[in-house]
Amino acid sequence: MGPELEFEKPIHELQGKIAELKQFMDEKGIDLSDELNHLQERLANLEKETYGSMTPWERVGVARKLNRPTTLDYIPLLFTDFLECHGDRLYGDDSAIVGGIAKFHGCPVTVIGEQRGRDTKENIMRNFGSPHPEGYRKALRLMKQADKFHRPIITFIDTKGAFPGQAAEERGQSEAIARNLYEMSWLSVPVICVVIGEGASGGALAIGVGNQILMLENSWYSVISPEGAAALLWKDAGQAEKAAETMKITGSDLKKLGIIDKLIPEVLGGAHNDPKKQAERIDQALVASMEQLGQLSPDQVRQQRLAKYREIGDYDTAQTNQTDLSVFSYSSSSDKQ
Amino acid sequence: MKDFFTKKKKYATVPSAKARQDVPEGIVRKCPKCKKIMYVKELKKHLFVCQSCGYHYPIGAYERAEMLFDADSYVEFDKNMVSLNPLQFPNYMHKLESDRKKTKLNEAVWTGKGRIEGCECAVAIMDKGFRMGSMGSVVGEKITRMVEYAGKQGIPVIIFSASGGARMQEGVLSLMQMAKTSAALKGFSENGGLYISIMTHPTTGGVSASFASLGDYNLAEPGALIGFAGRRIIEQTIGAELPPDFQTAEFLLKHGQLDQVIPRAELRTVLGQILSIHTEGSAEAWDRN
Repeated sequence: MGPELEFEKPIHELQGKIAELKQFMDEKGIDLSDELNHLQERLANLEKETYGSMTPWERVGVARKLNRPTTLDYIPLLFTDFLECHGDRLYGDDSAIVGGIAKFHGCPVTVIGEQRGRDTKENIMRNFGSPHPEGYRKALRLMKQADKFHRPIITFIDTKGAFPGQAAEERGQSEAIARNLYEMSWLSVPVICVVIGEGASGGALAIGVGNQILMLENSWYSVISPEGAAALLWKDAGQAEKAAETMKITGSDLKKLGIIDKLIPEVLGGAHNDPKKQAERIDQALVASMEQLGQLSPDQVRQQRLAKYREIGDYDTAQTNQTDLSVFSYSSSSDKQ
Repeated sequence: MKDFFTKKKKYATVPSAKARQDVPEGIVRKCPKCKKIMYVKELKKHLFVCQSCGYHYPIGAYERAEMLFDADSYVEFDKNMVSLNPLQFPNYMHKLESDRKKTKLNEAVWTGKGRIEGCECAVAIMDKGFRMGSMGSVVGEKITRMVEYAGKQGIPVIIFSASGGARMQEGVLSLMQMAKTSAALKGFSENGGLYISIMTHPTTGGVSASFASLGDYNLAEPGALIGFAGRRIIEQTIGAELPPDFQTAEFLLKHGQLDQVIPRAELRTVLGQILSIHTEGSAEAWDRN
């Protein structure tokens, strides 16, 4: 489970009281169901209130729960006939990224996802979900294969970032990420990306250049982790909570900024409380996306994706306090005002 | 005995006001590597490369443009494009304003076109003096427009990277500029466009992990710091000290990430060589022989 989150403490205390009361009733054979109903009602209200008004930092806490469903938890709930494919054919197999072929409602797809561990042992094996270049190159190999066989691609983003290590740098971490952005932009099959937990920096984007970006309600996605942002901006990683607010990293922030297409609501308290029900909600969203993208020709699929990224950015060309000295002036039809 | 050491301080010579005026700031610069002092005039003649140890001083975008292009052959694009502070990040506009004054640039990249050894090219030059050369919406948009222009005109693209990575204050929008610029270069490449990437000090983070690494030719200046993650973070992660040459241009060359490391003085010649091979070296040229 990991450490208890501060904001959930009152809920857990109340849950404890209810359990105690139930035990007491069972042991003593006294009917206190009125009292019990009252407490359960209070719990329901408290949960609704607490989980209905979570701060960005509280969501980060939920996104990091050790028992939060991972890529490999969702795959059997969403797909049939999954066959994992290993290796980048260049150096090795990175278990921080899993990928393979499967069927989604009978339709052949390629599935790729970042994979963290669900306990310490598995986390060590999976490098805490932080890929090396070979992970990104495996993902690219599978995406190119999908392109060849006209299979849609579904990716699951869940990483604290690409691994910052010596070997990763030596083998070209930058190039591996850059290459994926470059090649993904040009794929002619639909790419749907789902942020299921954490989405930090280029390590997330490297499997995230999609036609549609979906995001679970309590996941986060940004240029850097809140801790990293705080350390860089204010030289104090302890201000991560403030950074989580300022950096606008939650699903609803990203929806407002126009970066993501759909926000998938989570089951009360977070996906970990009912992975099966959560998978059903992801399934619904994916079906809708597949139907929308299924209408497009391969060229339209590519053009839609290119247009999506082409438009991202917030800038102004009509600055008044300076004279434009440039001889060449570019068409400004695509400027956002 | 104590007096013996402290006494001297009392008589330390303080240069007179007149003497200080004799050496105004900006006339000489001390090499950060070999500590040799050189006249700025002399340094400029040698393209800001230390003649004693070969250290390449980081240079601004305008200085770079001046030494790169054939005389009077270049124009600037999108000079006035500015950021709109999409996250309403506190103090961000103020910081941009102060860097504008410092660098005379409106953003961390100069884009334009001009002739290099007679060949017309579209060029981006990043300036680390502006927000550490970080990439936000404006840097992404200016580079994308420049690449699109090159595609339409059928001319090569050259990008000089100098960046600490993505711009923190624009959050996820900065991250997405990595995808935007990479996608623009992919489209350009699919149409047969030539792209030469030149990594200068420093080329790290989101810039290293997007357009800087995607050249048909990846070149770098000697001694440039190039990498994805910061040295301190890697040392903390692996719990060990890294070799001194880690993440230098020479280190990347050794690990197969670069075509060549090119000293600044030779760059124009090498670019001319690549450009001439791409304009003349086609199958048709062979047929004519």
